[in-house]
Amino acid sequence: MSEAREQILNTLRRGLKRGPVEGARRAGLEARLAHPPRNVIPARARRPHFEQRDLFVQMARNAAATVDPVNHPEEVPVAVSAFLDCEGLPLELVMAPDPELAALPWPEEPTLHIERRAALDGDKTTVSLAFAGIAETGTLVLLSGPHSPTTLNFLPDTHIVVLRADRIVGAYEDAWDLLRARGQRMPRTVNFITGPSRSADIEQTVQMGAHGPLRLHIVLVER
Amino acid sequence: MQVTSQTFKSNASAALRDAALQRALKNLKAGFPGKRAAAIAKLPEFDALRAAGRDLKDHTLEHLDFYLERFEAKVIEQGGQVHWARDAAEARHIVLDICRAVAARRVTKGKSMISEEIGLNEFLETHGIQPVETDLGEYIIQLRHEYPSHIIAPAIHLNRDQVADAFHAHHGPYGFTERNEEPRALMNEARQVLRQQFLSADVGITGANFCVAETGATVIVTNEGNGDLTQTLPRVHIVLASLEKMVPTLEDVSTLLRLLIRSATGQEITVYTTFSSGPRRPDDLDGPEQFHVVLLDNGRSGMLGGEFQDMLRCIRCSACMNHCPVYGAIGGHAYGWVYPGPMGSVLTPQLIGIDAAGQLPNASTFCGRCEEVCPVHIPLPKMMRHWREREFEQHRSPAAIRFGLGAWAFFAKRPALYRIATRFGAWLLRRLGGREGRIKHLLLAGGWTAWRDLPTPQGQTFQQQWAARRGARS
Amino acid sequence: MNDAPSCPPNPRVGLFVTCLVDVFRPTVGFAAVKLLEDAGCTVEVPATQTCCGQPAYNSGDRADARELARQVIAAFEDFDYVVVPSGSCGGTLKQHYPPLFDGDPAWQARAERLSAKTFELVSFLTDVLGVERVTARYPGAVTYHDSCSGLRELGIKSQPRRLLATVADLDLREMAESEVCCGFGGTFCIKFPELSNRMVSEKVAHIQATEADTLLAGDLGCLLNMAGKLQRDGSAIQVRHVAEVLAGLTDAPAIGEPDRGDPPCK
Repeated sequence: MSEAREQILNTLRRGLKRGPVEGARRAGLEARLAHPPRNVIPARARRPHFEQRDLFVQMARNAAATVDPVNHPEEVPVAVSAFLDCEGLPLELVMAPDPELAALPWPEEPTLHIERRAALDGDKTTVSLAFAGIAETGTLVLLSGPHSPTTLNFLPDTHIVVLRADRIVGAYEDAWDLLRARGQRMPRTVNFITGPSRSADIEQTVQMGAHGPLRLHIVLVER
Repeated sequence: MQVTSQTFKSNASAALRDAALQRALKNLKAGFPGKRAAAIAKLPEFDALRAAGRDLKDHTLEHLDFYLERFEAKVIEQGGQVHWARDAAEARHIVLDICRAVAARRVTKGKSMISEEIGLNEFLETHGIQPVETDLGEYIIQLRHEYPSHIIAPAIHLNRDQVADAFHAHHGPYGFTERNEEPRALMNEARQVLRQQFLSADVGITGANFCVAETGATVIVTNEGNGDLTQTLPRVHIVLASLEKMVPTLEDVSTLLRLLIRSATGQEITVYTTFSSGPRRPDDLDGPEQFHVVLLDNGRSGMLGGEFQDMLRCIRCSACMNHCPVYGAIGGHAYGWVYPGPMGSVLTPQLIGIDAAGQLPNASTFCGRCEEVCPVHIPLPKMMRHWREREFEQHRSPAAIRFGLGAWAFFAKRPALYRIATRFGAWLLRRLGGREGRIKHLLLAGGWTAWRDLPTPQGQTFQQQWAARRGARS
Repeated sequence: MNDAPSCPPNPRVGLFVTCLVDVFRPTVGFAAVKLLEDAGCTVEVPATQTCCGQPAYNSGDRADARELARQVIAAFEDFDYVVVPSGSCGGTLKQHYPPLFDGDPAWQARAERLSAKTFELVSFLTDVLGVERVTARYPGAVTYHDSCSGLRELGIKSQPRRLLATVADLDLREMAESEVCCGFGGTFCIKFPELSNRMVSEKVAHIQATEADTLLAGDLGCLLNMAGKLQRDGSAIQVRHVAEVLAGLTDAPAIGEPDRGDPPCK
């Protein structure tokens, strides 16, 4: 390995007054990585699930997302259609090529024009499926992958995210547990998204819609 | 960048007289402290989180070599590359080589203090590569050829009319011929101009708020989404991170996120928190083809095991500067280098030397507000005092101060002489003040009496009067 | 303070006057003596005390700071308590002496013992002696500045306010940003006078906005700074140490006010 690498590590070890970590100490660190201890979890993130659902909605709305609860997955296309209508947006969607999203009855909304691909500049509205929702801050968790291109989250003016209520957890740590429980390797990108893009860089006054979406709309499937 | 920390005192004087700066600094005081306090009031566990944050950073620092090596292995496992840089020059060359390998002409950049620390923009420009800052604040100051005055609000020293001027001067070629002054309109302009830059960049460079040893992920927190466009659209993503960004696990990051954002902007969490590991995968429809992490030392490894180790806990939230009465009076540029405020007064002498930065740790009343708000309990006043100790040991303190302190200590260590000296001093000051009870101008105390009266002693010293009273009692 | 030794009925208290009170404002010392004696203490004032060493300590001169600390420890370690009418000097004895002797276990142990029985005056009255009220009267509107060291090193915030609330005819008006530094900072005000002036100017604006007629605080350094600024600005606001008001010793002119009689010193 590089000379710089060796020199930096040696300086660190000199400061720490020891050689490389070995033996029982190393085993302890390995165990900590293999079974990460939770530190302090806020009480608000440890409430029963039905309260977490309400907290998620409240926190997401506090972060200026809009939340539209629907009872069944079958109602998602009509809800999306109604949202576009209501907001005066073109009936064009770029949708994540996700099987769960594809299984929804989109043909029942024939006026919707849908493309399934990564996002391009100029796309007005995109639709993604959230991996999870985190109640403590009203945060969506989206994973990159062939079914879920990252650009959908950042390039459009309006980002619509479908979230199943049973995927709402209390704390960030609960989302990590869900992610590890998939039994797959970690995705390239995990996006935590909480509300639409904003900036306060001009006179510390918050303006919505900096570089990312101006609107974040969550369709919450209660089931 | 040009270091001007040597002239901190005159920088500060100029800042105090800069009307536009003083107007802009009102936004800082009116914003950050109140927002932080409100966010913390909503999280009863905040103090417990602070203790946990301090402890987990200490744990990480005690095993920093282990976690760095693990992080490196994990990045490589994901198909990324890790480059170790001993100093700023090495880091700059690593970045340049990566850019050259893909014949890059334009580089977009997310906000990174490490980039400022290594002076990356100037370097890339001199090598024919155009760096484009994409964080709105960073973009504004890049247009103005300035550097950040604050670590999370880089353009906090500016007012909207100054932003309007900068945009009006530069955005004509993009079709914006009218001068906008409304923040909303200014941001829309920047959004449209920078969107074109994102799409045409060859390389995207971001910083890292954390590096996760467990997974090899780097983490950025932003509100604008510029960091994500920077790292998702170009072919190459380069992450600049200093050694102390290391964190063991995703659980540990979660703890620090709860502290960082509330301490910084007073939000519950930023709009975007992004965990990135490695380049795009075979089936991915987007994402960079290359993923590089540059790990910068630049003097940090030497802080381990010494009296400045605690400074490596810093998560760059800016709460210390947001609450510092000195920073609040003069803003960040007066500090003369990349890191302003209390954290800068501790870190800067380490990174650029006490010769250049010696005034910074002296420019504090030790009021302790910085330590009070620090989310990871860094004893900032104590460490500024350590710098003063080094200065004193190396006889670098100003001669007048040394002489004054020496004379005072001479008497203070000799109580009998001290009593005589204080009696005389009290008498003299009282004479000088006459019946006014105060002195309007005093030789050798011009710093005081230029702006304040000096109240005079009441009369005899307490010890004189006490001795007389005890004599009367017994 | 939970590290306080249990309080004997008539504790012997060593008063650490502080160098500023000794020279500039003996009234504060006498006010402290009165408050302590009223609360049942026997007060002594060792003549060998000079300064706590904070100027040296904060200027990086550890050797002189240690020497002065030894002097203070030797002069005060036999008392039941050491009481200081200043959060800043009190903080030095209580918080900074022990680490000053890192690597010197014998002196460090003595420093720790001294630390455990050292208290700032007002917090000693309330937190150790359990004083709940004073008998003083002060007709006027006062505002109180929280001096930094007392506030952040010793946790002094409610104690002076609780006692001030029992002073007859006193109307306490809180100023904005009462916890923000006044800009004194010991040698800071000499090394960076313009910055110090800016900070005290903002402080004075907050004081004046309360329309109080009296400013109180628990640290003479801050008080001299704020009084000097108020008077330079032509303000009529009176400035006093909180102990003067609590002890009812307010006949003397306020800090920096003209003396109505002849100077008492010859």
